[in-house]
This record gives sequence, C-alpha cells and structure tokens, in this order.
Amino acid sequence: MTTEGQEAIGRIFREEYGRSLAMLIGLFGDIDVAEDAVQEAYTLALDKWLAEGLPPNPGGWITTTARNRAIDRLRRQTRERHLLGEAALLASDSEPAQEGGAVPDDRLRLIFTCCHPALAAETQVALTLRLLGGLSTDEVARSFLVTESAMAQRLVRAKRKIKAARIPYRIPSDHELPDRLPPVLAVLYLIYTTGQSSPGERGLCGEVIRLARLLAALMPDEPEAAGLLALLLLTESRRAARTAPDGSLVLLGEQDRGHWDRGLIEEGQAIVRRCLARDRPGPYQLQAAINAVHADAPTAADTDWPQIIALYDHLYALAPTPVVALNRAIAIGESHGPVSALTLIDQLDLDQYYPFHAARADLLRRLNRHRDADAAYQRAATLAPPGPERDFLNRSGRTA
Amino acid sequence: MPHYLLSVHSVEGQVREPMTEEDMRRSHERLGAIEQEMKSSGMWVFSGRLHQADTATVVRTAGGQTVTTDGPFAESKEHLGGFYIIRAGDLDAALALAAKVTAAIDTPIEVRPFAATSDE
Repeated sequence: MTTEGQEAIGRIFREEYGRSLAMLIGLFGDIDVAEDAVQEAYTLALDKWLAEGLPPNPGGWITTTARNRAIDRLRRQTRERHLLGEAALLASDSEPAQEGGAVPDDRLRLIFTCCHPALAAETQVALTLRLLGGLSTDEVARSFLVTESAMAQRLVRAKRKIKAARIPYRIPSDHELPDRLPPVLAVLYLIYTTGQSSPGERGLCGEVIRLARLLAALMPDEPEAAGLLALLLLTESRRAARTAPDGSLVLLGEQDRGHWDRGLIEEGQAIVRRCLARDRPGPYQLQAAINAVHADAPTAADTDWPQIIALYDHLYALAPTPVVALNRAIAIGESHGPVSALTLIDQLDLDQYYPFHAARADLLRRLNRHRDADAAYQRAATLAPPGPERDFLNRSGRTA
Repeated sequence: MPHYLLSVHSVEGQVREPMTEEDMRRSHERLGAIEQEMKSSGMWVFSGRLHQADTATVVRTAGGQTVTTDGPFAESKEHLGGFYIIRAGDLDAALALAAKVTAAIDTPIEVRPFAATSDE
C-alpha cells in the first residue's frame, strides 16, 4: 500500500508540478526559489497524504503549501528580503485577463521562457522537461543520453542566464508570435520523437501530449498549436500497433489497424477538420492531415495516396526541406511505383539521415536489386540510434 | 533597470564588400535615427566606436613590476570595434534594439547583461 500510495502521489505531483512551479515563478520572479519551495511541498505532501489520505484539491494544496514555504524562507533569509517586496509587484504586473475573463495559465508564460531563442535548442528541451514536465534532472539526463551531472550543469547554466540576462516571463505579443511559437512547437515535437524512439521513455510521449493539449487550449487563435496536438494524437494512436510482441518495429503498411486507438484518432481527426475549416494551413496541420488520411484507410491498400501526395505538395511549398521531399517521394513510390520514387530520392542530399537510406533500401528491395538494398539497409542501420529501428534495419539488411 | 552591453566585433583581415558612399550615408542615417530614438526613450547610457585593435596597449603586474606591452589583450582575430550600453526592461527589449542596429550596420551584435549597475 505504501509503495502504491507513494506512486500515486508521485504521479499527482508530476501532473501538478508545472502548474505550481509556473505560478510560484510568477509570484517570486525566481526559478530557484520556486523549485525549492515546490520540492519542499512535495516532501511534506508525501508524509501527510500517506498518513491522512489525499486532500480534496491536491494541486491547490501543493501550490499553497509551496507558496507559504517560500514566503517563510524568504523572510528568514534577509539576503533575499528584497524579493518579497517584488513579489507583490510581480503579482500585480501579471497579464490582464483575456476575453471571457479567463486568467491565462502561468505555464504558458513558462514554456515561452524555456523555449526562448536566446537559449540553445537542446537547453530549451531540457528546461521544458524539467520545469514543465516535472521530470527529475536524472530522468531528463537519461532521455538525452548524458550524465546527470552534465545535465545538472546545463540546467544551472540556463537558469543563471534566464536570471542574469532577464529572459522575460511572459506570453509574447501577437507581433512576436511568428518568431516565438515555432521553437515551442519544435521542442514539443522533438521531445515526442525522442520518447518514441527510446522504449524506456514512453512516459515522455504522454508528458508532451499533456503540454500540447495545454498549449492548444491556451492559444485557441493559433492553428499550428492545434495542428501539433492533432499530429501527436494521430501518431500516438498507432503506438500499440507500432511494435510487435517481441519489441521489434512494425512499419505503417504492415500494422494491425485493429490495434489503432480509435478514441485518439477521432480526437485528432476532429481537430484536423477544424483546422481545414479555418484554412490557415501550416506545417504541423498538414502533417496532421497526412496522418488523418492514413487513419481513414481500413487497410494499407485502401490508402488515398493521391490525397497524401497533394498534402505533401502543399507541405513542400510551405517547408521546402529535403526531409519533406523524401517523404513526398515515398508517397509517390506507393502510388506510381518504386522507379519514379527512387529517381526523386537519389536527387536528395541526405546522406547522414538514416531514414533516407532506409527508404532507398525499401525501394531497391521492391525492384529486386537485393545487393544494393542490403548495402542501403546497412548504411541506415549504422546511422540509426540504437533501439527497435536499428534492429529492424539490421534484420531487413540480412533478408534483402 | 537592467543594463546591457551591445557590442560590435570586427574580424581581423576579413575583407568586406566595400560600401558605396550612398550605402554608407544611408547606414549612418539609420544609425543616427536609432540613436536618437534610444536617447528619447531613455534607453541610451553610453556608446562609442574604437580605433583598430593594433592601437591597444596592455598593462599588467609581474613580480611587483608594471609591465606594459604593445597590442591587444586577447590573442584572437575578433576584436571589440564599438559598443552601446543601454537600459532595457528585459532581454526581449534589448534584443529588439540590437535587431534594429544590426539591420542598419549589417554586422552581428552580442548582447550581454551587466552584473550590476549603479542605479539598481
């Protein structure tokens, strides 16, 4: 019971962590003060809740307790007394209420601080996981294959820069959003794909979807925020079908579609339909739409490839990257055959990108060029990160 | 209010496309307008343009003796060429100003916060 209780409290804590922390940063204007206070409140909660059971509003209890602890501590520390004076100031300085009187969630401010362009991309990801996802430094370190002390240093340095350079803690104004929203969306998407390719970290995917839901709910005027959420939901819907019982990877065309999560598909497709009606397309919305078309097909053979190619054409017009060109060529291969796809793919400069070699390998295999296919599988496996995808490529190379 | 150093670095030996007189005049005009705006909004604290790094002299003490050497302190190819010291509410305000200056002079600008300032 105790372990079970501890786990339940740990789960609640992780869910509430970002909200409590964001609110305390808003109150005290200092990330370290807020982190210490929330951590202290968790220690108190663990003892109290195990003995007395959960309070009616655990999240509110954590925030209130953390706030009181922080005030107590700041009173004791004369050195930081000036922060107390500022606390009232910062609180009254918070964003004016938006339409409908809804108070914007402090977590939205925090995510824009974490993903500020003055921070390196890898630091943005680490801060978002630590401060909003409530992951421990050790958990963040493991997700990115670095030591805990290296990650701790990176986080300390980032927090020092936020404080010293005064990276603001606020939602960017409308004219700033075109520059400021894309890194937020990119960080969330990157965390999701990291969680997806490391089987030990599937909790990460759940965290990202939670943050993406939050972002979409808090920024209803930003269709790309909705697009990212739809893309993640539709990708997540295939999780159970994506791996075989032995943990190996199953490609989209061979997945048992009966194992796709219909609830997530319906939710994702409803968002895609709303995006289409709104007609302000962007890269995440288009990728979500492509996934929605896949989700519509009862079998791989029923896939509406012409529509998928049309969506990739649109995506390529907005984001003309070699990776988009690669995926467009793969779709063309499904509809027009492997020769036309291979011609397109061989024009791309993606030699260091393992999916490029994996796609070539598959096309070569379909053209019965087994020796070339084998070499391409090997090249892909060498470049792929360790895990089910590399295992899949190694296996395919031997049978090509 | 926080203070920031906006610094412009020149790279030794880097040959830049020479500006036409017209371009130079326009760049000066834009910079003048930006500086005027900085002064009227209270952001401007100080600014200056430096002579070439080879005009620098380094003074240090070694064994109780003052030693003076010719040349810049840093053995690098990049040297501080000029700077602004500004007051800004937060990093975004400082970056917005740096963006205007960099657009006027077509050179990257480093934005760095001061640890403490006399009016804090």
